[in-house]
Amino acid sequence: MTAITREEVAHLAKLARLDLTATELDHYAEQLDVILQSVARISEVAADDIPPTSHPVPVENVFRDDIAKPGLDRAEVFAAAPATEADRFRVPRILDGEEA
Amino acid sequence: MTHAAADLIRQPARVLAAAICEGEVSSVEVTKAHLARIAEVDGQVHAFLQVTAEAALETAHLVDEKRGSGRKLGVLAGVPIAVKDVLTMRGVPTTCGSRILEGWRPPYDSTVVARLRAADMVILGKTNMDEFAMGSSTEHSAYGPTHNPWDLDRIPGGSGGGSAAALAAFEAPLAIGTDTGGSIRQPAAVTGTVGVKPTYGGVSRYGLVALASSLDQAGPCARSVMDAALLHSVIAGYDPRDSTSIDAPVPDVVAAATRADVRGLRIGLVKELSGEGYQPGVLQRFTEAVEILQGLGAEVVEVSCPNFDYALGAYYLILPSEASSNLARFDGMRYGLRVGDDGSNSVEQVMSLSREAGFGAEVKRRIMLGTYALSSGYYDAYYGQAQKVRTLITRDFNAAFAKADVLISPTTPTTAFKIGEKVDDPLAMYLNDIATIPVNLAGNCAMSLPVGLSPADHLPVGLQIMAPPMADDRLYLVGSALESALTDSWGHLLIEEVPNL
Repeated sequence: MTAITREEVAHLAKLARLDLTATELDHYAEQLDVILQSVARISEVAADDIPPTSHPVPVENVFRDDIAKPGLDRAEVFAAAPATEADRFRVPRILDGEEA
Repeated sequence: MTHAAADLIRQPARVLAAAICEGEVSSVEVTKAHLARIAEVDGQVHAFLQVTAEAALETAHLVDEKRGSGRKLGVLAGVPIAVKDVLTMRGVPTTCGSRILEGWRPPYDSTVVARLRAADMVILGKTNMDEFAMGSSTEHSAYGPTHNPWDLDRIPGGSGGGSAAALAAFEAPLAIGTDTGGSIRQPAAVTGTVGVKPTYGGVSRYGLVALASSLDQAGPCARSVMDAALLHSVIAGYDPRDSTSIDAPVPDVVAAATRADVRGLRIGLVKELSGEGYQPGVLQRFTEAVEILQGLGAEVVEVSCPNFDYALGAYYLILPSEASSNLARFDGMRYGLRVGDDGSNSVEQVMSLSREAGFGAEVKRRIMLGTYALSSGYYDAYYGQAQKVRTLITRDFNAAFAKADVLISPTTPTTAFKIGEKVDDPLAMYLNDIATIPVNLAGNCAMSLPVGLSPADHLPVGLQIMAPPMADDRLYLVGSALESALTDSWGHLLIEEVPNL
């Protein structure tokens, strides 16, 4: 497995919506590389014919009775929001300048 | 603090519940004693992020009234409890140890909290933790570290260090923890307390802010095995609000803790969870405990789980992968911190700025690790392979449980380390969970209980008992027998030896 570069870390940060500083990028490039080298040991295990486990206790098609129950209190939900307007969550513009 | 109050805070939850039920003491008196203790020592320990004194006293009053009117009370009615700050509690700030949720007041109760309320228990407040439960020392809390009551310069374990320290400092007789890779058991081990990770699906995850959904499990923290059993019986059981909740009766953990009998039981020593990397003082106390179990009539066998050697690697791919997806919800839109909303930044810029400002170093590290492990081109080699290793670990457990009724190991390789020692050395920090992680990957259950102080540093050593899925009662059967033999030899519970604060 290949070593992780600073550019890759910058790309990951972008994907993960983290506006990392230059110092953080340097630091994480180094640390992620060490961690990945360490966890890469799992590739030693011959597991081609082994089924993956995504969940320890498999349960499928879990249904519950279709009974109406009260939802969350709107006032409480909005009180915990960073910004609201006219009984809605207010969000920043969703298009970039040139697209607008 | 009065003499009576000083006495109340040292009582087991079982004794407090009985005394409240009999009217020998009121829940208000018990609650006040614990609130006074928190006021007195939490400046040094920092176990709590939020103390809900007023609400606690109000609940205590109601419980006393209910008792006075002759109405039926729950088994732990009137007993105070501390709750890890990762479980939502309506109207009370729930931060998960993160700046991104600073001041967030959830509009709903988690099922665990709802069950504590329904059982007439008195919630004292929310306890400190590593941010979003990522860590083994509680140093990754955005609100500062918790200190181990055994030595205030040392870590209380993590991520549930606040809950464990609250018990060891006699600030609460019971606490709730959550365990994704050892976050209940490892803090229990290093604070001389008892902690149980129930079978995955045994306790509802509804309202438990998710770290890694396929690994997270809430459970009881206590100073004795019986107290843990009582709390386990209160919080466990099917919940239709959690689609992974097991729809089956809860194993009778209280009866098992009462029976406390290991005669004829086969106890497996896991070869891979011992030896190199484990401190001699830890191994010494562990070996002595094994001899005690043999003396009590258990049959000890050695078992091998070869794939456990890969558990840490698989865990540190699966956990960050799930965490990176789960934590995507913290985008500063509907709740939590929002930064840079100046009218010119776009929503994506605001998200990136908010997450950068709101998350701490370890959380960012794991989000990026998970984003990497899930990215195309690496998925099969990392996440896919880790899931296969997970299958092999489960098979190792199945083979071991064919030879033994329970498995045991030291809970942690070392006793509590110094605050600051490993905080920026992720690999060294991750090794703390080497013995606790396999159980989370396989989804079965485990307990840590204290087996003495390491001769090297006079700090607590924990022993881990592991049982098959939905055989949680076996943990209590063995734990209670061992605890009772140990306390007979010491003349008291180990926690009685904790230095005065």
